[in-house]
Amino acid sequence: MTAATGIGARVKRKEDLRFLTGTGRYVDDLPLARATYAYFLRSPHAHAAIKGVDLSAAEKMPGVVAIFTGKDLAEAKVGSLICGWVVKDKHGQPHKAPPHPVLAADTVRYVGDPVAMVVANSHDEAKDAAEKIKVDYEVKPANVDLAKALGKGAAQVHAEAPGNLIYDWELGVKADVDAAFAKAAHVTKIDIVNNRLIPNAMEPRAAAAEYDKGTGQYTLWSTSQNPHVLRLILSAFVLGIPEHKLRVVAPDVGGGFGSKIFCYNEETAVCWAASRVGRPIKWTAERSESFMTDAHGRDHVTHAELALDKDGKFLALKVDTIANMGAYLSTFSTAVPTYLYATLLAGQYTTPLIYANVRAAVTHTAPVDAYRGAGRPEATFVVESIVSQAAKELKVDPAELRRKNFIPSTAFPYQTPVALQYDSGNYPPIIDEAIKIADYKGFESRRAEAKSRGKLRGIGFSSYIEACGLAPSQVIGQLGGGVGQWESAQLKFNPTGNVQVITGSHSHGQGHETTFAQIVSDKLGVPIENIEVVHGDTSTTTFGMGTYGSRSLAVGGSAIMKAADKIIAKGKKIAAHLMEASVDDVVFENGTFKVAGTDKNVPLGQAVFAAYVPHNYPLAELEPGMDENAFYDPANFVYPSGTQICEVEVDPDTGETQIVNFTAVDDFGNIINPMIVEGQVHGGIVQGVGQALLENAVYDKETGQLVSGSYMDYTMPRADDVPSFKLGYKVTPCPHNPLGVKGCGEAGAIAAPAAVMNAVRDALAPLGVTHVPMPATPLSVWQTIHGASRAAAE
Amino acid sequence: MTISVAMTVNGKSVSGKVEARTLLVQFLREHLGMTGTHVGCDTSQCGACVVDVDGRSVKSCTMLAVQAEGAKVITIEGLAASADKLHPMQEAFRDNHALQCGFCTPGMVMSAIDMVKRHNYQLDETTVRHELEGNLCRCTGYHNIVKAILAAAPAMKAAGV
Repeated sequence: MTAATGIGARVKRKEDLRFLTGTGRYVDDLPLARATYAYFLRSPHAHAAIKGVDLSAAEKMPGVVAIFTGKDLAEAKVGSLICGWVVKDKHGQPHKAPPHPVLAADTVRYVGDPVAMVVANSHDEAKDAAEKIKVDYEVKPANVDLAKALGKGAAQVHAEAPGNLIYDWELGVKADVDAAFAKAAHVTKIDIVNNRLIPNAMEPRAAAAEYDKGTGQYTLWSTSQNPHVLRLILSAFVLGIPEHKLRVVAPDVGGGFGSKIFCYNEETAVCWAASRVGRPIKWTAERSESFMTDAHGRDHVTHAELALDKDGKFLALKVDTIANMGAYLSTFSTAVPTYLYATLLAGQYTTPLIYANVRAAVTHTAPVDAYRGAGRPEATFVVESIVSQAAKELKVDPAELRRKNFIPSTAFPYQTPVALQYDSGNYPPIIDEAIKIADYKGFESRRAEAKSRGKLRGIGFSSYIEACGLAPSQVIGQLGGGVGQWESAQLKFNPTGNVQVITGSHSHGQGHETTFAQIVSDKLGVPIENIEVVHGDTSTTTFGMGTYGSRSLAVGGSAIMKAADKIIAKGKKIAAHLMEASVDDVVFENGTFKVAGTDKNVPLGQAVFAAYVPHNYPLAELEPGMDENAFYDPANFVYPSGTQICEVEVDPDTGETQIVNFTAVDDFGNIINPMIVEGQVHGGIVQGVGQALLENAVYDKETGQLVSGSYMDYTMPRADDVPSFKLGYKVTPCPHNPLGVKGCGEAGAIAAPAAVMNAVRDALAPLGVTHVPMPATPLSVWQTIHGASRAAAE
Repeated sequence: MTISVAMTVNGKSVSGKVEARTLLVQFLREHLGMTGTHVGCDTSQCGACVVDVDGRSVKSCTMLAVQAEGAKVITIEGLAASADKLHPMQEAFRDNHALQCGFCTPGMVMSAIDMVKRHNYQLDETTVRHELEGNLCRCTGYHNIVKAILAAAPAMKAAGV
């Protein structure tokens, strides 16, 4: 019954009908009677003191309902936005934690920092009025250049963070690593900048809030990836509204990629003001606001060195990174360049000694936090760049050097020198499969053919590992995380046999309504059309941790399996009663309870009905109803792995890079819906390709103005920038969760930048080029080529 | 000051009073409550707001509502005959998993239909990718959107739409 809709089937998505017919319901679509509209006046300066705010002209503008400033919020004792992850520095001291006001009162610290919120009868009226607010700024020097942010001359961002240093953190034993380097036959060194990215979910952030005077209940609709976490932060730390008096709803959300995890200024201000205004307030970011104020991603400056012995075995790796935090510490910002970055520096390799030093700096730029992959793309870029560079220097095949250093399949569980214990994996068959699909053997003839057309062809490998499925709560606690990382699930049957699957995770494109339904259909034999996945509303779902870090299936799906086990266990008791059999003799197969060796059977639907109409029911031993709850706390992270091979052609006359072939082979453990998984991989790869070739968040280093603040300036990947992709899979099931699944949401973005950049470097290598800045735009490639040819001429 | 405007949207006559600056997309979303058409940017780049105006594909954030006076407008809500009978392009998007979060989807589908018609139902991958220049998607990496459009072209021809 469930073969076509169960685990492993390419089930068409349940959510598609509403999205294809224009009946999805995103935050901005909500019809709220008597709504008002908020508009935020933002700082035009990267760094300035606020000497005064004159609202007199603005308040007289048509349609204005209320105007709030930082002073109003300070007087109302609205708290600071929080950073929920305490990272201890190399001396055991907690990171510096400067305050993050919801509206700036005294000082603005980046272009886009909100200064005032105007509430009016329409968006246009609010915006018109905001233009009439006069803010007296005393402009100050800005600290924008990350490489210089920790230097003596840099402007100070916060008094609480002297020298702009948030933490100086390390992992590993430096002396041991130095000793290994002293014995190395070869040392490869690289200097890389991991370019800053702007997430650009297609739906801009939005918030709407309403206050019910009669009950004292606030409702906040938000474009959130984790409504319960948002509610917890607003209640416990920022607004002080008791959790049970605040309902947070994240309805259809148009993409997140990390940027909608965090608790932001605007949703906080809108929620706070709802009770003061007495009417609902809606706010939707304009795209330019998204560019300026969505938490950005990446932005590292790194020096790395790899020590190898005479046979090409890796002896040690040392990495020195400065990570940009932006002007304020966003919700999970501190964890990204530490526990989500340095712990991944072993990659797929047996490198026995690793030392990482990470210094986090504040600058006068937008806050930086987790963006698709969060730390792991940065780690993969370091490891896979330096491995390919070492192969070039040693004149060995990059695939061979990788194979030589892979963790052998017999070594799992494998304890890395950087804290993680990889649960499972088998890397050689993955790279073999990728090599086969990509026709690696035929590459040199393709390179020669391209040369005859005047094109430089290159090929690049990226063999990534990632840790996702966040995560064992106690480990998170030991590492300074402020929350648990379990997930909840509830299977709520109705008397007629259909079922609501209530999950604490949140779908904003991932297709949970389908994947989770497949799990339940497979496990319980319920037809998929009788299954409804419910998520995103704190008033209808059990507390849950939300969706990020490729955790929803591995953790949330496992919780669903646990709840389903409870349904089966209860159903067995009911069926045993109805069949007058012993519970021990009852088995559950294909949606039916049976007594082995007899023709007695009770379909699950009949057991459910009996549970709600318990006329013939063991009431003395068993409660009525069929509604089971489960919480699942994972035993470990999950560790997807894979190899990508990218092939590019560079036009040396224009510097333009074209991707001509792209192969990705992944091990995601068991796969529930291959169609959805492929979609996740495609999208991830293109975000990684975007980072490698196109996207760059650029601030003017003097003024701190965001130069790439629109789709005219920030190059989003478009359909003709990328090819179609060739995908393959290898499966080593995760040994510690009931579905045997790993995560697939971030892999593409984690691996692709290194695959693409290694290909570009390979293409340019015949010209003597060793370093190509990322993104490899036509301009930067052209300049690199001409710099190399000038150097060769001199 | 408000101006009266009247047009046909998905076959129904509609009218309203708008400000001169009101965009067609604002009229559709805020006045008519037809929120299927989305706004994803403020520079007419993303294409989430594409609708059909008198047979031409238009970014409805680049057109004033008053410019659509008397026009016949078709939006994403007007494509499917019923929940069981989707337009072949909608069907192809579903069959090929050409959407994830769904936010760019209305504009993608509207642009794709226009593209197929302009190319007389004859498309290849290069053409589709080039034609999608004006529509941004952050989820799918375009792979399955391209596949869906290539699959929909013959299906549209066969269905005579």
